[in-house]
Amino acid sequence: MDTPVERRPPRIARRTLLDYFVGTGLAALAGAVFYPILHYLVPPKVREVTATSVVAAKASDLAPNAGKIVAFGGKPAIVLRTPEGEVRAFTAVCTHLACTVQYRADFKHIWCACHDGHYDLHGQVLAGPPPRPLEEFKVTVKDDDVIISRG
Amino acid sequence: MRPGILLWGILGPLLFLALPRTVAAAPQAETCTTCHSALEGRLARPPLGAADDVHTRRGFGCASCHGGDPNAMSMDAHGRRAGFRGAPSPAEIPRFCARCHSRPDVMREFNPRLPTDQFSRFLTSVHGQRLAKGDTKVATCTSCHGVHPVRAVSDSASPVFPTNVPGTCARCHADPDRMKPYGIPTTQFEEYKGSVHGEGLIARGNRQAPACNDCHDNHGAVPPGVTSVANVCAQCHSAARDLFVRSPHKAAFDILGEGECISCHGTHNIAFPSDEMIGGGRGAVCSRCHPAGSAGAQTAEEIRARLERVKAVIAGAEGLLARTATAGMDVADAQLDLDEARTQLILSRAVTHTASVAEVDRTAGAGVTAAEKARAFGEAAMAELAFRRRGLLVVVAIVVFVAATLWLKIRELESRR
Amino acid sequence: MRVAGWLEERLRYRGAMDFLRHKEVPRHRFTITYYTGGITLFFFILQILTGLLLLMYYRPTADAAFESVRLIISKVRFGWLVRSVHVWSANLMILAAAVHLVATFFGKAYRRPREVTWLTGVGLLFLTLTFGFTGYLLPWNTLAYFATKVGTEIAGDVPVVGRAVMVLLRGGDDVTEATLSRFFGMHVAILPALMTLLLALHLLLVQVHGMSRPISVQPWGGEPFYPHFALRDLLVWVVLLGGVAALATLVPWPLGEKADPLLPAPAGIKPEWYFLFMYESLRLLPGRLFGLEGEVLGVAAFVVGALVLAAVPFLDVWARREQAHRAVAAAGIAALVFVVFMTALGLRPER
Repeated sequence: MDTPVERRPPRIARRTLLDYFVGTGLAALAGAVFYPILHYLVPPKVREVTATSVVAAKASDLAPNAGKIVAFGGKPAIVLRTPEGEVRAFTAVCTHLACTVQYRADFKHIWCACHDGHYDLHGQVLAGPPPRPLEEFKVTVKDDDVIISRG
Repeated sequence: MRPGILLWGILGPLLFLALPRTVAAAPQAETCTTCHSALEGRLARPPLGAADDVHTRRGFGCASCHGGDPNAMSMDAHGRRAGFRGAPSPAEIPRFCARCHSRPDVMREFNPRLPTDQFSRFLTSVHGQRLAKGDTKVATCTSCHGVHPVRAVSDSASPVFPTNVPGTCARCHADPDRMKPYGIPTTQFEEYKGSVHGEGLIARGNRQAPACNDCHDNHGAVPPGVTSVANVCAQCHSAARDLFVRSPHKAAFDILGEGECISCHGTHNIAFPSDEMIGGGRGAVCSRCHPAGSAGAQTAEEIRARLERVKAVIAGAEGLLARTATAGMDVADAQLDLDEARTQLILSRAVTHTASVAEVDRTAGAGVTAAEKARAFGEAAMAELAFRRRGLLVVVAIVVFVAATLWLKIRELESRR
Repeated sequence: MRVAGWLEERLRYRGAMDFLRHKEVPRHRFTITYYTGGITLFFFILQILTGLLLLMYYRPTADAAFESVRLIISKVRFGWLVRSVHVWSANLMILAAAVHLVATFFGKAYRRPREVTWLTGVGLLFLTLTFGFTGYLLPWNTLAYFATKVGTEIAGDVPVVGRAVMVLLRGGDDVTEATLSRFFGMHVAILPALMTLLLALHLLLVQVHGMSRPISVQPWGGEPFYPHFALRDLLVWVVLLGGVAALATLVPWPLGEKADPLLPAPAGIKPEWYFLFMYESLRLLPGRLFGLEGEVLGVAAFVVGALVLAAVPFLDVWARREQAHRAVAAAGIAALVFVVFMTALGLRPER
C-alpha cells in the first residue's frame, strides 16, 4: 500500500511557474484592495463642519456695512456686518420667488434684485412683494471664523 | 362747482362745530335695548349685533349716535326734547357717521391711528358725487361697513376685512340689474377672482395682494385714469416701473395716451405672466401693436430667444444632474449654481420691461453661465462614473486572472495525488 | 525557511497547520454545501473591513449622521465604494446565512454530536439579522427612520416582554436620536463582540467535529482541507469579491433624503427584504383572532418559530438514529416555501 500523502517525509515543494502566477495574481488583488483603502483614509478637504453649521467667512474680511453670499445646507445664505459692526446671517432665498438676495451698502439693508424686495437688517420685509421675513441663523465668531448654524 | 358739494362742504363743518365735544358717557344699561328686543322684524335687529360692534366695545350706546333718552322707559325716549335723531336716511348716513369720524380731536381719544379723511374723500368719489346729486342707491358708509354691528376692519367677519373687500364691492358691482342704469360693466369681480391678485388675496390670504380699494382708493373710489394706472401699479411693482420708464415704450405710451401696465397685463384679469407673452408671433402681447416683421416684433423675438436659451440650458443641466443622481452620484453641490441660474432667469423676465435686448442679454448671459457651471459639475460626475467603471474592469480582470490561476493550481494539486 | 522557523518558535502555528492538513473534506454529491458557511464568513470579513473604514467618517447624531454618509459617498475618495460594498455585502451575508441554514438543515448537520454547533449557528443568524436591523438606521434617512419605527412597533407586540423590549431598543417611547445612539453602539461594539464569541465557538466546534455528511450519502473520497479545499474556498471568495465590487459600482445604493420625524410616513413603507416575510404575514392576519389582537398572535407565533428552529436537533429524534424522517424534511420545505412566498408577496409594488 502506498504511504498516504500526509505521512511521507515533507519535501521541498517545487516552485512552479503556476505558483508564481498565483502569487502575482494575489498580490495584484491585494493591491487593488489596498489602493482604494489608502486613498479613503486620506481626509478630504471640506470646509463644512456639519450641515447645521458652516464656517462662512473670515471675520476680518467682513467690513461694516457689507455682506456676502455663502453656501449653507445646499442653499445660499447671506452673512453681513451691520454699519454698527454686528455680524448677522440669514437665508439668502427670497421669500417671494426664491431669487438670491444681496446686501446693498447704499440702502444699508438686504435687497432682492428680481422684484425690488427690501428686507431690513432683522430680515423683516420693508417693501416689495416678499410675503415673509428671511429666516435668521445663529452666528458665532470664533477666533477669526464666522460660523453660522441653524438655531 | 356742484351745488351739493358746496352746500354740504360749508354746512357740514358748521354743523359739526355746533356739536358738544365729548361724546361717550360710561356704558350704562340702556332702555333702548329693553324695548327693541321685544319688538319684531327689523326693529328688533339693532340690539342683536351689539356685542360685536366696535362702537359698543368702546363704550358707545344707542343714544351716542341716535340721541334720545336712554333712561326713559316710554316713547319719551324718542322725544324731540330728548334730542332723538332717529335712523338717518341713506342720503344722511355719510354725514351721520362723519359727526365723529371726520374730527381728529374726537377720534384720537379712541383710536389715534384711524384716519379722519374718509368723509372728504367720499365726497370726491363717484359714490359721493352721485349721492350729492340725489341718487340714494349708491354705496354709503353702512353699505360696506355694515351696521348693527359695525365691525372693526380688523375683524375677519367685517365686510371690509381685506380678504372680504372684493366680495363686498361685488355685491353691487357684479349685479347686472343694479349696474344697468349706470352702464358700468359687471365682470370685474369674476375677472379679479381668476387673476393673480384675486387668487393671492382670496385663495391664499396673502394681504400683500391688492383688493379693490388698493387701486381704486378706499373712500374716494374712482377708477384710476389712464395716466395714473401705471403709478397705481408702481405702488407695489416699483421694480417693473423703474425698468419700464427706461424703455422706449414710456415715451410712446405718453404720446398715445395709452395706459402703461394695463395694455399688456390687463386691468382686473391680470394673469401670472408667462414667457409666451413676449415675442413677435400672434400669441404674444407685443403683436397687439407691433405687426409681424416690424423692428419692434424683431426685438421682442430676440428677447424671447434669450429667455428660452436660459431655460434650455437650465433644463439641460437639470436633466444631466438628475441622470447622474440616479446613477448614484451626489449632485447637491451643483444646486447652488442652478439656484443662481434660476435667479438670473427671473431677473431677466423682469428686465424685459426695458424692451432692450442688451439689458436682457446681461442677466440672461449670467444665467447661462451659472447653468453651464452646474452642467459642468454634472459632466464631471459622469466622467467620475466612467472612471469607476474602468476601475471595475481592471479589478474584474485581476479577479478573473486570480481565479484562473487558482483553478489551475487546484487541478495541479489534484493530479499530484 | 528561516522566517518560518522564527515564527514557529514564537507562534507555534505548525500544530494548527498540520491539523488543517490532516482535516479531511469528504467529496460527495452535496460537497458544494460545504462552501456556504465560508461564504457567509467571507461577507462578514468584508463587513468588518468596510465597517471599520466607515467608522473613520461616520457621525452618530441625528444632525450629522445623514450628512456624514453623504460626505463619505461624495467627498471621500472611494468612499462611495466602501459604503456601497458595505451595504451590498450586508444583504449578501444575510442571503448567504439563509442558504447556509437551508443547507445545514436539509443536510441534517445538526445531528449528534453537533447540536451545540447548530445552536451557535442559530444564534449567529439572529445576530446577523440584528446587525442588519441596527445598521439600516444609521444613515438616518426617511426610509430607515420609518422602517425602524415599524420594526420596533412589531417588536413591541411580543407578548409579555414586548413593550419593555421596544423601549430598550428605542431608548425611549419613540424613535429619536437616542435610538440612533443605541443602534450605533450595538452595531459597532456589542454585536461585534457577541458575534466574535459565537463565531469563534462555532468555527472551533466545526473543526472539533469535522465536516458532517448527509445521512446515507456515500463519499467517493476526500481531500485535505489545506491546501486543496482551502484553495477552492479562496477561489470562491475571490470570485465573490469581484462580484461585490461589480454590484457596488454598477448598482449603487441610494442615500435617500434626511429623515424628518415631523413628516408623515411615506406611503408603502416596509422593512428590508429579509424582514418582509414577517411583516407581510403579520399584515395579512385578521385584526382579532381567538379573542387576541391578530398582530400579537402573529409575533408570538414567530417567537415560537424561532425557538423551534433552535430546538431542531432535539426535536428531530430520528436524526439521532441516523434516520431521515419525511416529516422533518416536509416541515423544512413548508417553512421555506412560507418564507419565500411571503417575501415575494411583500416585494410586490404597492397597489
